[in-house]
Amino acid sequence: MEKRVVFRSAWLPYLLVAPQLAITVVFFFWPAAQAVWYSFQLQDAFGLKTQFVGLQNFAHLFRDHNYLESFKVTAMFSALVAFFGIAISLLLATMADRVLRGAMAYKTLLIWPYAVAPAIAGVLWAFLFAPSIGIVTYVLKGWGVDWNWIINGDQAMLLVVIASVWKEISYNFLFFLAGLQSIPKSLIEAAAIDGAGPARRFWTIAFPLLSPTTFFLLVVNIVYAFFDTFGVIDATTQGGPGQATNILVYKVYHDGVKAADLGGSSAQSVILMFIVIALTVVQFRFIERKVQY
Amino acid sequence: MKIKILAVALLSVGLTSTNAQAQTEIQWWHSMGGALGEKLNVLADKFNAGQKDYKVVTTYKGSYPESMTAAIAAFRAGSGPNLLQVFEVGTATMMAAKGAIVPVAQVMADAKEPFDPKAYLPTVTGYYSDLKGNMLSFPFNSSTVMFYINKDAFKKAGLDPNKAPKTWKEVLADAEKLKAAGQQCVYTTSWPSWTHIENFSAWHNVPIGTKQNGMGGLDTVFSINSPLHVRHIGMLSDMAKKGLFTYAGRTNQGDAKFSSGECAMFTGSAGAQAGIKKAGKVDWSINFIPYHDDVKGAPQNSIIGGASLWVMGGKKPAEYKGVAKFLAFLSRPEIQMEWHTGTGYVPITLASYELTRRSGFYDKNPGADMPVKQLTNKAPTANSKGLRFGNFVQGRTVIEEELEEVFSGKKDAKTALDDAVKRGNEILRQFEAANK
Amino acid sequence: MVENRPWLTVFSHAVLIIGAITIAFPLYVTFVASTLTLEQIMQVPMQLWPGDQLIANYTQVLTGGSTTGSKAAVSSMLVNSLVIALVIPLGKMAISVISAFAIVYFRFPLRMFFFWMIFVTLMLPVEVRIIPTFKVIADLGMLNTYAGLTVPLIASATATFLFRQFFMTIPDELAEAARVDGASPMRFFWDIVLPLSKTIMAALFVIQFIYGWNQYLWPLLITTDESMYTTVIGIKRMIVGSDAANEWNLIMATAILAMLPPALVVMLMQKWFVKGLVETEK
Repeated sequence: MEKRVVFRSAWLPYLLVAPQLAITVVFFFWPAAQAVWYSFQLQDAFGLKTQFVGLQNFAHLFRDHNYLESFKVTAMFSALVAFFGIAISLLLATMADRVLRGAMAYKTLLIWPYAVAPAIAGVLWAFLFAPSIGIVTYVLKGWGVDWNWIINGDQAMLLVVIASVWKEISYNFLFFLAGLQSIPKSLIEAAAIDGAGPARRFWTIAFPLLSPTTFFLLVVNIVYAFFDTFGVIDATTQGGPGQATNILVYKVYHDGVKAADLGGSSAQSVILMFIVIALTVVQFRFIERKVQY
Repeated sequence: MKIKILAVALLSVGLTSTNAQAQTEIQWWHSMGGALGEKLNVLADKFNAGQKDYKVVTTYKGSYPESMTAAIAAFRAGSGPNLLQVFEVGTATMMAAKGAIVPVAQVMADAKEPFDPKAYLPTVTGYYSDLKGNMLSFPFNSSTVMFYINKDAFKKAGLDPNKAPKTWKEVLADAEKLKAAGQQCVYTTSWPSWTHIENFSAWHNVPIGTKQNGMGGLDTVFSINSPLHVRHIGMLSDMAKKGLFTYAGRTNQGDAKFSSGECAMFTGSAGAQAGIKKAGKVDWSINFIPYHDDVKGAPQNSIIGGASLWVMGGKKPAEYKGVAKFLAFLSRPEIQMEWHTGTGYVPITLASYELTRRSGFYDKNPGADMPVKQLTNKAPTANSKGLRFGNFVQGRTVIEEELEEVFSGKKDAKTALDDAVKRGNEILRQFEAANK
Repeated sequence: MVENRPWLTVFSHAVLIIGAITIAFPLYVTFVASTLTLEQIMQVPMQLWPGDQLIANYTQVLTGGSTTGSKAAVSSMLVNSLVIALVIPLGKMAISVISAFAIVYFRFPLRMFFFWMIFVTLMLPVEVRIIPTFKVIADLGMLNTYAGLTVPLIASATATFLFRQFFMTIPDELAEAARVDGASPMRFFWDIVLPLSKTIMAALFVIQFIYGWNQYLWPLLITTDESMYTTVIGIKRMIVGSDAANEWNLIMATAILAMLPPALVVMLMQKWFVKGLVETEK
């Protein structure tokens, strides 16, 4: 896709891209290069002594059982967030697409959590589920559930998943709703005339037609779970108990900022960068295909 | 007209700037939030009012790890405070940063200010000195782990509220009775690693790590998987399974569980007293931490927690003079006593302890001297002087993670402590390599 | 619809109502907690109807923060949040719209290289390069400044991308006509391109406002000075910064204050927001 009509100037375009490039170089490329460089180094906390240690930081990481565990935790967490985030919002969007009355009101009531910062979402849910004063905890205890996410890893995971999903539902909901509304009514009516019930129509028409949206949301939700949920984790479990909710990005932060282990944290950053690049390539190929039709 | 105004403006700028120059500012970064922060500001104001050459400027920089991180970052960027309050687990990291800090002993000697390490409690001196006995940082707020009981809960369970359990055996026996009397949360703890690993080891005179708990060199390794450690953590794990021990979290979350009356027994910082008093919900007593009575020599003495002040390097000579003056001011017995009685932290010089005792404070506040008594229970040994492990912020996280694995029933005590030692030693080796 | 299934409509409404209530529940509890005293909150179970401490709690946080944790006043945090939430979208749009214009309407050496340079930043979320970026900011003396809080977040590929996509849809005839009239590229940019982009800018503004307002990790790292805290950071500081129990009533009041502005922006500018969201990402 190229414009036929273009302007000519020897300097103007450079001037126009300069601000963005400057910021990109200073705050993206330079730090990224530094991260790579630090990942080969061993430094003390104050940066007084620096040694080049080659791949030792990486070797360390892959020998570290807990780092590998963090991969598993991250995978589990992202899968849960993406699955529930998508499933719940698809259900809500399908229902919202059906109703004529009050559709706008429902939409307004369902989209506002998008505006809530992940850290605040974490605080809200941590308060509801607080082991001694939480109102939900109280109900759960009434049902005989021994609720204490401070020590129960599965419950801690459940808590951060709920908080993360809650915040992400509105985003997914909007995309599904837009997707559903763009399905030609004639298709659905034709199926209805053929005698297909609502459930069948959903699975044979709407769901397949939504698959590009679903796939897109899958990638977006995984990226969300990987990075944006930092606030949720930091405001609630801080990676614990044990390693139960220590996702990769939280570990980078903890090791680099709190534990002042620059080399180890940078090595983790480099590995994360590769993961993001892989995800972006997947996403980009998808965008390309969309652009083509 | 305009020129006149300009001249006046210039003049006043000139005046204020000479005023400012006359006073040397001493930047002090600290982590004392809330009421403690107010008390700290009172100290600084007093110093500022007492002389006019120096002005101590205090800045609250968040929690201990946060202010340390901020100072490290500031140092890397070529700035930072004159004085930095660092918590005890950061001691080894600060100590190893030779170019970044100036030993307190040296600062005081250079400024010819009086300074006698022997004036401090031995457990305090030991913690912050090198092997030659030079004080490297200035002890400021020290506390230790104490054992608290809720007397009302004891009464309700038919136990003698004035007889707090002394040994873990007694704790277990009382715990069963409290549970039987319907107590939901029987025992909880704040700071699990500091309490059940670090202070536990000192109290039973067993090493946390080799080389005098790391004080003797960077090539130290952890020894917290000894049979005694395994037995103790295993006991806690059994208590957790029986509903006798409720885990509260890695920091001071246990405090609120006790002060609200939810839990009947509790181990936490001596500093927790202020919060319990403020909440005013329970009738409580403060006691020595329990011990296993079949361990020879137990109880030994407990070790401190809290923070000390580090003098940062790369500043102007005049500023060091001011820092020395300020530290000399802080070591005065009456100032120490004010800080001790106002905050609940331990009196760290023998003189201020004496002064406080003579003032009758302990008669009016029974139990307020328990922490000092526990810290000085016996002359400290190599196992109970303190500890000095590199990157112990990370090391403590590892220990806490492994303890959580035990309390949640995922690992048995032996496996978890073996893993803690293995992972902890990796961190120590990394620190050793980085600070060769 | 060709058919009428009343039970299905009822079912749909039921699902939506349950969904909306479940989603709103945490918000409601937060609001109730912000109108109670700390003692009332500590009473298990907490009451679920508002108390009478609304004014007291909000006055307290707006003027003095919490009493045990950070004492920074939330009103100044709200100002900080607002500055950041305005500077980020405006700055982002400013630099993106001109770079997209250059990339679409000019042919020049290294054009595609620049385009890829910008695109590739999609792959480097701030979370993966926190430490070195922090160092860059520290080296530039930008810790605890608005510049440090905003500038690194201004560059982003998404806005440039969106403008590029949009410019592609502007009919070539417009540019052709401008050129025939002898208009300079910048004249064309000001008179034709910018007015046409209004809709898309409004949409971008809403999304980036929320993005800016909700920043967490970055301000957490580079603000150590209480006067520079944002509201979201302020909440976090109230939670860890104390020896006593958290003052949940004040924390919850602050949470409401922190949620209100972006939630209002989303609800009031719903049309732009939805359009922006769905189009930005597609």
